[in-house]
Amino acid sequence: MTTVIIRTMTRILTPAILVFGSYIILHGHLTPGGGFQGGAVFASGLALLIIAFSRKRVKEMFEKVPLSVFESIGALGFLGIGLMGIVMYTFLRNFIANSGAPFGMPTPEGINPGFLNTGGTLPYLNIFVGLKVLAGLTSIVLILFLILRREENE
Amino acid sequence: MRKLLGIIALTVFSIILFLTAVHLRSFGSPPHAEMDKYFIEHAQKEASANNVVTSVVFDYRGFDTLGEATVLFTAVSGVLMALRHYGGRKK
Repeated sequence: MTTVIIRTMTRILTPAILVFGSYIILHGHLTPGGGFQGGAVFASGLALLIIAFSRKRVKEMFEKVPLSVFESIGALGFLGIGLMGIVMYTFLRNFIANSGAPFGMPTPEGINPGFLNTGGTLPYLNIFVGLKVLAGLTSIVLILFLILRREENE
Repeated sequence: MRKLLGIIALTVFSIILFLTAVHLRSFGSPPHAEMDKYFIEHAQKEASANNVVTSVVFDYRGFDTLGEATVLFTAVSGVLMALRHYGGRKK
């Protein structure tokens, strides 16, 4: 099993990695990155959590987490926003941009520091894709861990 | 015979790739720049986002991103399908 050093460093580093992943997802329309990249960072934090602790702890931690529900919410939310665009004009039309709804403020043209409350549908799609990617990658790592460590521990 | 085929394939592909590399346009002067110019000039107004890459990926070409997300879904279901059998047999 892993050493005390790895477990302690995981306890310290995992919250920072998860916060950084959430930041990349939420600021996808302002800074480099987006749903895919942020979801991958978030999932790597959870993967660190998975490989650092024993099989029993991991099972306890992830038993209550509905990863498949997250994945479905991500896919259906993406499709739902795309279909709402059909009502307005075309599939995946950015119908929230410049409309004043949440995330719908207009961006000043040219160089600006970046405002979180802009982007139209982009932040919503980033959040949904990020949810989908983090659930998918985490469930792959979790499946590999739980199934391939089976004979070791039981 | 296999080695000969391999050497022939290596030579042909190397020549093709080398010719392509020689005939590349110089950096920064693409043959068609209309679409790039459109994205750079209109993305801030139309998609209202500072990050033009994100507005291309999620707005102008959102359908492609939907396909990418589907690829991830397929990967997850493939891993589950392949390994569930393995895990069940070991029980």
